[in-house]
Amino acid sequence: MIGRDLLGIEDLDRSEIERLLDTANHMREIGEREVKKVPTLRGRTIINLFFEPSTRTRASFEIAGKRLSADVINFSPSASSTKKGESILDTAKTLEAMDADAVIVRHEVSGVPRRIAEVLEAPVINAGDGAHEHPTQALLDCFTVRQVKGKIDGLTVTIVGDILHSRVARSNILAFRKLGAEVRVAAPPTMIPPAIEETFGVKAYTSLREALEGADVVMALRIQNERLAGAFIPSVREYSATYGIDRAKLQYAKEDAIVMHPGPINRGVELSHDLADHKPGVILDQVRNGVALRMAVLYLFAGRAPRQRGGDSA
Amino acid sequence: MTRILVRGGRILDPAAELDAVGDLLLVDGRIAAVGGKLRVDDAQVIDAAGCWVAPGLVDLHSHLREPGQEYKENIGTGGRSAAAGGFTAVACMANTHPVNDDPAMTDYIIDRAKHDSPVRVYPVAAATKGLEGKVMTEMAALLAAGAVAFSDDGKTIMDSGVMRRVLEYSKLVEAPVITHAEDRTLVAGGVVNEGPVSTRLGLPGNPAIAEEVHISRDLALARITRAHLHVAHVSTRGGIEQIRRARELGIHVTSEVAPHHLTLTDEAALGFDTNAKVAPPLRSAEDRDACRAALADGTIDAIATDHAPHALHEKELDFREAPPGMIGFETALAVVLDLVRRGEITPLELMRRLSTHPARILRVTGGSLAVGAVADVVVADPERVWKYDPAKGYSKSVNSPWSGQTLTGRVTHTLVGGTLVYDVERGILA
Repeated sequence: MIGRDLLGIEDLDRSEIERLLDTANHMREIGEREVKKVPTLRGRTIINLFFEPSTRTRASFEIAGKRLSADVINFSPSASSTKKGESILDTAKTLEAMDADAVIVRHEVSGVPRRIAEVLEAPVINAGDGAHEHPTQALLDCFTVRQVKGKIDGLTVTIVGDILHSRVARSNILAFRKLGAEVRVAAPPTMIPPAIEETFGVKAYTSLREALEGADVVMALRIQNERLAGAFIPSVREYSATYGIDRAKLQYAKEDAIVMHPGPINRGVELSHDLADHKPGVILDQVRNGVALRMAVLYLFAGRAPRQRGGDSA
Repeated sequence: MTRILVRGGRILDPAAELDAVGDLLLVDGRIAAVGGKLRVDDAQVIDAAGCWVAPGLVDLHSHLREPGQEYKENIGTGGRSAAAGGFTAVACMANTHPVNDDPAMTDYIIDRAKHDSPVRVYPVAAATKGLEGKVMTEMAALLAAGAVAFSDDGKTIMDSGVMRRVLEYSKLVEAPVITHAEDRTLVAGGVVNEGPVSTRLGLPGNPAIAEEVHISRDLALARITRAHLHVAHVSTRGGIEQIRRARELGIHVTSEVAPHHLTLTDEAALGFDTNAKVAPPLRSAEDRDACRAALADGTIDAIATDHAPHALHEKELDFREAPPGMIGFETALAVVLDLVRRGEITPLELMRRLSTHPARILRVTGGSLAVGAVADVVVADPERVWKYDPAKGYSKSVNSPWSGQTLTGRVTHTLVGGTLVYDVERGILA
């Protein structure tokens, strides 16, 4: 029922998403044991192929793999060696030739995991590609909301920040909509992608206040200071004053609204210091759930019998 | 005396407003007789029953990659590919290595073409040295060497002062200045059309307004300089509107559209297929329809392929790094025949835009089947169904969005100066 690769939420239907979330629920229990390890993926090799620097997502996948007893190898080709000619596909094929059972890919350009999946036998899991998709982040966010709110159907989710450049926004829009939530985005006009309402069935706001009215979930996105200030927004200070989430602005949302952030947080920019650490902020829950969710992903995508290689399937 | 009788085809000669079934006689490289049933005893006969017989196609816009990037294409392979597509003449852009900005380079290309290419090759020289957009090239010397037009093509001249002087100076040589009209500051690194597709894929968008703004600037400069501006590969409704208005004002502007902009949309990029990456990008369905309508109503003068070969290893890069462009000679006619089949344009008007108009814009031989004219002729079967496999074609490269597709309409014979250079059954003959 589930495809070979996990390239994006776009490819999943509601029942597949729910199966992943249900599986994550079982996995969470393993993390709560004294010995946080099960033999499920013993003898399997999983490669973290990260062309773009990442600490959190990579660590999360690594821990998830290790809790399932897989051998997890981190491979981070330098940007310079892959930029010119040394093809991404060659790198991926080389790793597969070392008998990888799954390849987890992150790349700064949209579509690279799909290109790699086209040439590899091993399942490919997208750990973030350009501004396209970041499916495991969206799944762990849905998991977290379901855990706290008990459901997703009928909720209103407001995503605030640089929607234009955000893969987290795209995957979350797709995932929450598939699970029956209403999704809104709020951003400065320069950070709202063209035709977003028709393309994704969301409502776009430039007024944070309107976007937050009646929201059950408020998700702030990271602003990349270096890249954006001056080009898409006049300054970080102006952004923070207009779109930064703090307790005062949170008043516009529902009383029991929760606050999320995919991390890493620019404290005092997208999120006040206080919300980063305290309820209704659930940021650390997201991180914790990330491991369980990625265990579920590895179990479902990397846990199948290896394809016609050694022959002795488990 | 060499005599070739093309028998029983539908003769389409836009220059003479002729659309009738009949014979065509070529003697010693020139058209000797047109129309009716001709009785010639000692001629080689080409049976054209059920086929169109028209002046050879003339391509205003191609990249032959020689010198410098022969791993993508050279003048010989590009010329053969053009012949197989029914082209008898192609203009090649100046972005070779080194750049064609010097009479010696123009001379070199013409010399190579004489030896290696079955079709006529007309170099388009750079408008500025090194395509840097700063110093004008020696247009008079380049023209004398054989250049037919001037363009920095993809390295759009962003400095309006330089563009103004280029246009002014071009009047000395009476050759068109070809503009690849995209404002780079608005393109801003965009790799697909800005809109639902760029939003869905999370790829940087290249907005239609980048073309419209730049066409608008160049038309204003053409108006004050009274030079001949030719707008390459128009792709947007807004750009077309600018050109339509300029023509009404009497500005000397001509323009071309590429087969891919007439038939494909940005949705071709949805699977991140880098063969669908091209500059300007494939646009919305609305833009595509505007291009079709403008070609039919005459606002756009010509169809040009923008044949742009790239090697497999280059197109295998990710969507941002892969170079833009697609090959187009061998598929062009089949692809644009769609407009005829849908009743949007007549066969005669289509051939005018593939042959007569481009020849006139470049002021070169071709585009006519008048008695006495040079015998550059294409024979094509508009109903022939074939599967396109670029690996079996003549280009060195295979970057085509139509790869593996079944196409309808195929060139069966190409004659250059009365010599049969391509026959679909036997391949390239010269």
